[in-house]
Amino acid sequence: MKNKIGVYVCMCGSNISDYVDVEKVKAEAEKIGGVLLSKTTMFACADSTQQEIANDIKDQELDAIVVASCSPKLHLHTFRNVAIRAGLNPYNYVQVNIREQGSWAHSDNPAQATEKAIKLVQAGIERVKHSKELSTVKIPSENSVAVVGAGIAGMRSALELAEMGTEVHLIEREHFVGGRTSQWNVLFTTNETGQEVISRLYNQIISHPKITLYTGTNIISKKGSVGDFNLTLKVNPRYIKPECKLDKKKFQEAIDLCPIEVDDKFNFNITKRKAIYKNYDSEFPEMPAIDYEACNKCGECAKLCDEIDLNQQPEEKLINVGSVLLSTGFNPYEPPKGEFGYEDIDNVITLQQFKRLIELNGGKLIYNNKEIKNIAYIYCVGSRQVDGENKYCSRYCCTSAIHTAILVKEKYPNINNFHFNRGIRTYGKQEVLYNKASEQGDIFLQSFEDAPTQVEKVGNETIVKIKDILTANEELEVSADLVVLVTGMVPRENADLVNILKVPIGRDKFFNEIHPKLRPVETVIDGVLISGACQAPLNITESVKSSLSAASKVNSLVSSGEIELEPTMAVVHNDKCTWCDKCTNACPYDAISVTKVNDKEVALVAKSLCKGCGMCLPVCPENAIDLIGYTDIEMESMIEALID
Amino acid sequence: MEKLDNPKILVFSTEKISDPAIDMAGLLKKHYPATVYTVNVPCSSAVKPKWILHAFDKGFDGVFIAADGTDCSYSDTCSEKTSEIVKTTHEIMREKNIDPARLKMAAICSVCAEAFVKHMKSFHSHLLEAKGN
Repeated sequence: MKNKIGVYVCMCGSNISDYVDVEKVKAEAEKIGGVLLSKTTMFACADSTQQEIANDIKDQELDAIVVASCSPKLHLHTFRNVAIRAGLNPYNYVQVNIREQGSWAHSDNPAQATEKAIKLVQAGIERVKHSKELSTVKIPSENSVAVVGAGIAGMRSALELAEMGTEVHLIEREHFVGGRTSQWNVLFTTNETGQEVISRLYNQIISHPKITLYTGTNIISKKGSVGDFNLTLKVNPRYIKPECKLDKKKFQEAIDLCPIEVDDKFNFNITKRKAIYKNYDSEFPEMPAIDYEACNKCGECAKLCDEIDLNQQPEEKLINVGSVLLSTGFNPYEPPKGEFGYEDIDNVITLQQFKRLIELNGGKLIYNNKEIKNIAYIYCVGSRQVDGENKYCSRYCCTSAIHTAILVKEKYPNINNFHFNRGIRTYGKQEVLYNKASEQGDIFLQSFEDAPTQVEKVGNETIVKIKDILTANEELEVSADLVVLVTGMVPRENADLVNILKVPIGRDKFFNEIHPKLRPVETVIDGVLISGACQAPLNITESVKSSLSAASKVNSLVSSGEIELEPTMAVVHNDKCTWCDKCTNACPYDAISVTKVNDKEVALVAKSLCKGCGMCLPVCPENAIDLIGYTDIEMESMIEALID
Repeated sequence: MEKLDNPKILVFSTEKISDPAIDMAGLLKKHYPATVYTVNVPCSSAVKPKWILHAFDKGFDGVFIAADGTDCSYSDTCSEKTSEIVKTTHEIMREKNIDPARLKMAAICSVCAEAFVKHMKSFHSHLLEAKGN
């Protein structure tokens, strides 16, 4: 037990000392057994104070320190580093929060704030008394990463990582790269098309020696942990010979000959495509692919084109990486039948379908053989749901709808745009689009969520009605030739990946980061990071920013060849363990198995897999498991100190 | 029954989710009783019933688990597991003639400062009432 403890009570300028009598806290701390010195300090985090603490540790031979100041989220590592510089084990340091949970929370009652601070410091002292010398767990790491998803976020981060010297395995489930971005035509603000941006990235990727691209590929298993993940990939056949010399004319003839037609997912099912296909002419990789689920293996295409090989089989590949970066993107929300007339009324489509429709249409805007003049956009479909699960705002859709309305008006000047919204959110520089749409004559009508826009078929007309709060709740209606549902984002279907990597999912069903502000691209699974719209609704710019942030984080993690992990993990007391397997069932990471010690079956915790969550602790009927840093003696002595 | 003016509440918070909310309550100067003391753990599903009972044994009037809920970054089963801990502890409390209402849990997300303060005020009032004050 530690008995030469140094205690430092911070004033934080006056943030703490205005409400907490720091001298009294210091004096009370001094009285506790094991405390060698107790001091107040103006700013504990100041360089001069850090040096003073380091000198005290050396001169007084302190064996533990307590700093009572702000939240550990701010300065835990600051003071751990002070300890390290002075030769003290960093885990013999405890930070006590007497600011956010003391002076600020109880600024209405300084006397009680002081009493609370005294108790909190006492608890911190009790905890540090029982602290052990611990070391971070150091494990070797491969300087390589699997980037999952070759949309714009995955492609951009792959390039960035490769440029920083990290080996990249870029894994795409589809046979072509580009993800959602390749489906969009002109992008705001640069006026490039999505396909142009993707082409540029692809050309850099295929020529980069540090990037290996896998298309039509899924991860089917994972072994190991951060620094040393062994991933098994299943590479689905493209049914085109790898050494194929692209003969566009021949392939087009094969496509024309194919008897199979399926809904074209690339065009959000508003068109059909063949089983052998390319989504667009300049798509990458350049070779077409055969949709193995749709193909009936009739062989007609292979007879015409020698480059086609219908006998190809799926292959498995094993790769070893230090980290996994998920950039699996989003799906547009698919409205259920009947939502705003979707699939009930024949001229109701989604924004994504409309964007493809504009690109595919020529001189006139035609849908269902009818020329379109009045377009009604209904906002917040699948987002900000009052009754549904998607409570979040998808953020990109207001801008995307208005941008699309501007593009359609430029292409077809005679159309009229009516925007049935719940408040427009074209944040930042995207606001210029809102102004432009207003200037071009678009009509904006707004309702609250308790009086949603109504869509109904009246005779041959599709009527869209709203109680418009911008005109004193006047009921207004538009006879629409086309109703466009401005649908939000939902995560892509990734159940297998989630199961294999144990990636945490948030309440919005997107992948969950550790902390949205402080650790926004890391997950609780060490070495598994997230970027782009798999994490939350993001537009392209935001996705790329997120991907670059994640790339930097991944590189800093794996590039040194060694990874340090917190030593917080479960430990089994073999003398108490009777192996009932309840801990195994409670562990979300499969970190606990059975082993034999002196012919007795006991639980064994795999250090590389344990994440230190502690879920195994309360289920143990023999109290045979402790969590390092949260042992019974530490927790119970803190509880006792708080009540004394 | 012993009368206490100011019931003491032990809060088990979680480092990544509910503790930031409790910090935020302080940052926003949202006041709650100063006899609320927080001890943090990595995840609310890690709280041992033994610790809770120890707190009652030593004199805490109430224990509140500020649970990760569906935001838990470790597992989507966290809510169920924390509920199970509370259920198990309630059973032991009944056996020991400790009023189960003295142990509460609620999900506190990382920005749920307001919710935390409300829970603390109402729990404190309840404990005060139960003490006959």
